[in-house]
Amino acid sequence: MTTALRIAYLPLTDSAVLAVAREKGFAEEEGITLDLVRTTSWATLRDRLAFGQVQAAHMLAPLAIAVTLGLSQQPAPLSAPYKLNVNGNMLVMAKEFAQALDPDVAARLDDPLGTAHDFAAAIGLWKRKPVIGVVHRFSSHSLMSRYWLASAGVDPDRDVLLRVVPPSLTVEAMRAGEIDGFIAGEPWGSAAVDAGLAEAVAIGERIWQRGVEKVLAFRTPWLEENPHVVDGLIRALARAAAWCDEPANHEALAHLLSQPHFVDQPADLIQRALSGRITARADMPSLDMPDFMLFSREATPFPWRSQALWLYSQMVRWKMVEHTPENAAKAGAVFRPDIFRRALAESNVPIPGASMKVEGAVATPLAVGSKRGELTLGPDRFFDGRVFDPERIEDFLASF
Amino acid sequence: MRIVIIDDSGLRATVLEEGLREAGYDDIHIVPPRGGFVARLERMAPDVVLMDLGSPSRDTLEEMLSVSRALARPIAMFVDQSDESMIGAAIDAGVSAYVVDGLRKERVKPVLELAVRRFNAFARLQTELDEARTALSDRKIIDRAKSILMSQRGLSEPDAYTLLRSSAMNQGKKIVDVAQALITASDLLGGGL
Repeated sequence: MTTALRIAYLPLTDSAVLAVAREKGFAEEEGITLDLVRTTSWATLRDRLAFGQVQAAHMLAPLAIAVTLGLSQQPAPLSAPYKLNVNGNMLVMAKEFAQALDPDVAARLDDPLGTAHDFAAAIGLWKRKPVIGVVHRFSSHSLMSRYWLASAGVDPDRDVLLRVVPPSLTVEAMRAGEIDGFIAGEPWGSAAVDAGLAEAVAIGERIWQRGVEKVLAFRTPWLEENPHVVDGLIRALARAAAWCDEPANHEALAHLLSQPHFVDQPADLIQRALSGRITARADMPSLDMPDFMLFSREATPFPWRSQALWLYSQMVRWKMVEHTPENAAKAGAVFRPDIFRRALAESNVPIPGASMKVEGAVATPLAVGSKRGELTLGPDRFFDGRVFDPERIEDFLASF
Repeated sequence: MRIVIIDDSGLRATVLEEGLREAGYDDIHIVPPRGGFVARLERMAPDVVLMDLGSPSRDTLEEMLSVSRALARPIAMFVDQSDESMIGAAIDAGVSAYVVDGLRKERVKPVLELAVRRFNAFARLQTELDEARTALSDRKIIDRAKSILMSQRGLSEPDAYTLLRSSAMNQGKKIVDVAQALITASDLLGGGL
């Protein structure tokens, strides 16, 4: 017997795991027929999920928290038992703006702290308040660029204009001079670099080495009522994710995603993020960034509650939500490591024993306790060396 | 009641606008979601905003709704959150509505219902148009395949068509697919017309 499942997604490189689960038959093996619903705005994706037109969605992790906390137009309790990727974002700025930064682009990207200070100085030299496109208020892009800018004393609500621009319109908005730069998921940063409109200024993975990005979100009541389907889907995604991480598959994956009904952009642009070979400026050889976008290895899909709470802490910091114990509890509970463990209990996927960790404390790959097999956690440092103890959110917030 | 329609498709927006005018609404504006559309919208201070659900610019609009000081009252989507069938119909039709909070829902409901009907009618029209286009191009492909058969195999036109049709039936394919395969093969072999 097969179950039909509808999942909404945005055409981005990091929808790869969903595309592969369908096209390579991983979902079918679990008795699931996946119907992937292409959507072009986060608002419509959210509405489709909130009103039950789809059973799950490829969602910005902070948006899942915001919808649950009632901060978005359609409040609904959401649960995210699976992370579809970590990292994969790039901040690009118009060439004229980037002139005020370190001309050695590789050095610029390697030193986010120094670049943030250069960026702060460049703001004063620019003809107007720099307008930076972000894909959504409740996106890791927005929270990460705020975190980065603030490290150099830039007030993101005062010194720059963060303007919401949907990913698919970022390049056009650059061309029309409506924005001076943007941060978005791939392939859009690469597309702007290729078009000669912009160059890379910061890379998500260099700001937070394991930055939470998209999650698979369900309405909580539906998730609770359909454990077998949810578990089957998670098993299919885990196998699809392993396939996506395999370097030998990157070319085929890029071709798959380049099709009109998926990302609809050239395969070679898409492959850059998958293979971690990033062109930071059109006239430069590509840079090796093996952790640019991850799907599977080092327990990437595991939804650490501490990661949800870090996102929440930043939403509090920027006054998007008031910090109360209830809000913190609700935000943390959006991530569902319990479901992840249940779904993969019989598999050979190594699963962390804990549900929370101190974020930003792992400097080099670390072997940790796991239910099964060897589990290595990748480095998860923040560029400014801060650590986030999820048990002490108030202290963390007071440190800014 | 001031109604703003935000839509990329000029034709669909016009279809909707006409319907609204016929229903007696006369303060209607169409704004394409490009460039500084948000600033324009703020100046217009609409009571109801209708927008294509498929427009990527919905995120930009919602951001404005959450930070705008120009719009005195917050705007909520859909008329009545409890009216599931209305919401379902709107999503199916591909239209979203933002309504100034405080506007009586009896006043807004007919606007949304009309928008849903008009969006559906437009979608049907579009489908028919697409089908007509496909039929036309199918016929061209079949004609070309027929003429290849006629010149290469010395068949009459009815015989060429019969051959195409029986091959399609034997292979369980559509005639147009068999015709396309024949054209491709003929091109590859250099015998194309």
